[in-house]
Amino acid sequence: MAQLEVLQVSKAFDATPVLREVSFAVEAGELVCLLGPSGCGKTTLLRIVAGLEQPDSGQVRFEGQDLAGVPVHRRGFGLMFQDYALFPHKSVAENIAFGLRMAPKEQRLDRQSLQRRVAEMLTLVNLVGYEDRRVHELSGGEQQRVALARSLAPRPRLLMLDEPLGSLDRVLREELMLELRHILKRVGTTALYVTHDQQEAFAIADRVVILQRGRVEQVGAPAAVYRRPATPFVARFLGMQNLLPGRVVALTPQPTVATAVGTFACAGCAPEAAVGAVVTVVIRPDAAAPAASCADGDRRNCLEGTLTELSFRGSQVKIECAVGELGPRFTFDLPGAAAASLPAVGEPLRLRLDPDGVVLLPAGEENSRTDVQ
Amino acid sequence: MYLPRAWRALYLLPLAFMAAFYFYPLLSILQLSLLPGGQPDLSGFRALVERPYLRGVVWFTVWQAAVSTLLTLLLGLPAAYIFAHFEFPGKGLLRALTTIPFVMPTVVVGAAFTTLLGPRGVVNDLLQAALGLDRPPVNLLYTLWIILLAHVFYNATVVVRIVGDFWANLDPRLGEAAAVLGADRWRVLREVTLPLLLPPIAASSLLVFLFCFTSFGVILILGGPRFSTLEVEIYRQAVNYFNLPLAAVLSLVQLVITFAVMAAYTRLQARTSLPLNLRPRSSIAHRPANAREWLAVGAVITLLTAVLVAPLAALAVRSVTLGEGPPSLRFYQALTVNRSQDIFFVPPVLAIRNSLVFSAAATVLSLALGLISAYLLTAPGRAAGRLARWLDPILLLPLGTSAVTLGFGYIVALGRPPLNLRTSLALVPLAYTLIAMPFVVRTLLPALRRLDPGLREAAATLGASPTQVVREVDLPLIWRGLLVAAVFAFTISLGEFGATLLLYRPAYPTMSVVIYRALGQPGLVNYGQALAMSTLLMLVCLGSLLAIERFRVGGQGEF
Repeated sequence: MAQLEVLQVSKAFDATPVLREVSFAVEAGELVCLLGPSGCGKTTLLRIVAGLEQPDSGQVRFEGQDLAGVPVHRRGFGLMFQDYALFPHKSVAENIAFGLRMAPKEQRLDRQSLQRRVAEMLTLVNLVGYEDRRVHELSGGEQQRVALARSLAPRPRLLMLDEPLGSLDRVLREELMLELRHILKRVGTTALYVTHDQQEAFAIADRVVILQRGRVEQVGAPAAVYRRPATPFVARFLGMQNLLPGRVVALTPQPTVATAVGTFACAGCAPEAAVGAVVTVVIRPDAAAPAASCADGDRRNCLEGTLTELSFRGSQVKIECAVGELGPRFTFDLPGAAAASLPAVGEPLRLRLDPDGVVLLPAGEENSRTDVQ
Repeated sequence: MYLPRAWRALYLLPLAFMAAFYFYPLLSILQLSLLPGGQPDLSGFRALVERPYLRGVVWFTVWQAAVSTLLTLLLGLPAAYIFAHFEFPGKGLLRALTTIPFVMPTVVVGAAFTTLLGPRGVVNDLLQAALGLDRPPVNLLYTLWIILLAHVFYNATVVVRIVGDFWANLDPRLGEAAAVLGADRWRVLREVTLPLLLPPIAASSLLVFLFCFTSFGVILILGGPRFSTLEVEIYRQAVNYFNLPLAAVLSLVQLVITFAVMAAYTRLQARTSLPLNLRPRSSIAHRPANAREWLAVGAVITLLTAVLVAPLAALAVRSVTLGEGPPSLRFYQALTVNRSQDIFFVPPVLAIRNSLVFSAAATVLSLALGLISAYLLTAPGRAAGRLARWLDPILLLPLGTSAVTLGFGYIVALGRPPLNLRTSLALVPLAYTLIAMPFVVRTLLPALRRLDPGLREAAATLGASPTQVVREVDLPLIWRGLLVAAVFAFTISLGEFGATLLLYRPAYPTMSVVIYRALGQPGLVNYGQALAMSTLLMLVCLGSLLAIERFRVGGQGEF
């Protein structure tokens, strides 16, 4: 049984639904990211798990126990707020000690053990010597570390983090992202992490739960979700821009679709669609490789067009390929070394597509919009 | 913002004014208290220590202020909580009501409380009618209780405003963070909310204490001869016994204490602005969720409304229903009659004229001086910035100086060369100007700070002369601020009592003086006239309040 289970949770504010029958589970010691655009309900979900909001319906269970009726301060969870909510009238050490002092009498630490625990936490977050600082004297990154230490000090059964890197600048984010995962894994706590940044989620999480408009779109390990996005929304949210409608023309040996710009086979995908069904075809940006010619043999998975844009990024080259004068445009990331073998901008370009980079999705309402331009 | 170069000599005007009409009188008091008759003489201070009566005055001044502050907190803190945490119908109106005490003159409030709780008060009428008594059951007039109640009326909203605004902006996540870390509601309050609220609670308490400590009209009118605070005693020693040296000693003691409290308040003010990550208020105020919350909101709101509205409503009602017979305007009509035929007892209606003229003069003067000061305080550049840091608190000083002390200082200093204004009618408007100036400056500062220097530069590059820039850019952008400041200055002057009582010339009494005199004389008609005139003054002040609320830009002035 999973440690934390969120079952069919729904919540509305002023008759506007924010969460609609959300369900997922988190295993003990696992780090799960709730990922989605702002307004998707992920923070509300976190507040419901923390007990700061009550769900309209559904259940939150922890180690099998229904948490309805358990007040916030008895849940034994930790929550790191977006802007940290550090107590401005307390020093760094007092902030970290707060949760320890709130423990039920029989579990409360004596002064020495409490100080030892605070020192331990400061060491963990690399802030030794900061005990007596006031919190408003700290930089953003330091405040973030204090907030983490404060949440971890009482050894929460579950740690929740609400956009913990959200208010930091980009360089600091990159740096702290890995450090955060490192600390969380070292402590071994079960963690639920909210972010709108997919790169952050991928870098940190064991698994991601992708939310949109209060619904779960997909759950899975980052690599699996990236390789096989389950819906057009997820594909777009993960930065995939090459979506186009297609029709299934064969299911064996590989599922194959016909589109306006050619026929594509996909590897390892199992569309729940019969031959003749309309689907959305996603071509991942990493699926392409320059090809000398498509004429020989297999014409499937070959894209012929014009190189319309090229932007060299060192280890990568980002290119845009237009098919036909007014036809769709595709964007791809090629290895930086491929730059040498590309034609000049404006010249014809041939690309061969890895079948593993082709994903077939059921045509939903999302499908009617052909966003490939 | 800066004035055109050619006009900068104007900067000297407010400074000269402050020197002549604030510092000079205060220094004269200092001189009189330490060197009466030109020789160092501390007999006044010895009297203060040795005479039990004077010791009693000081002790009463302190403890009545302390008790008033406690009672004020008792009503103010729950109201602040309700204001910060709940949305309820009529909240906007109630918020507007809380500004009433800021503009209501003490004579009006004094008269109003007699009509509510005095022997001929509305409460007694109702109780007599309900219980069938033939004598009034409650008479709070000339008791401590009515003084304390009037102080709560005046000051509850200070607490509601200062603490309530702070509370509403307190990040709710701090409490949530504490709860997640295991604190129950009580501990959240004790460990997080109260410590964070302590600076505003302390700041508002000091302010309330200061107001009650220097309370004058309320004590004089509602306390009667039995009660005397330092402020009242200064007046009595100076006017009734003509013991100027002793009055000077008392003024000095009063000044030292008020400045000490002011200094403490200013320090706390600075701490209130600790970086607290304050959030907009919409994030925590919500509609009461259950019967218990509705009950709490209802109880506090009812009490607050009763305290704020009941006295004023009683005043208005009593001014037309006093005496036998159906409601009528006869006391208003009596205002035009000089009943005593005494040369110094002018028809009350003339007092209205005097008040209007004095207040208008003070408004013009304080507006001019205040505007120049505000320009000076917002002038760009480092030298100007250093000057402003010095000047800002100095311009605020009159706010912390009691009106009676000021009036007394004028009597001492301005009744003799080099500046002899003893027989001049200008003394009263000059005092009003000084009292109103800090309000004018504080109201204009935000408006001037919002003036974008780029706009003036743009006008200049388009060919506007410095004078034209002021006329075309500055004035249109700050006229609302000017209007609010003018109304403020006018209203404060109109209701001013403490300084007026020491400085008015018998042939030219003001409304506040006439009300006070009429309240102190026996007879129904005198009382009725006092109520009628108080009601008129109250209506003018309420009108001013509406005008201020209507034209005020960007919330509060900077106080």
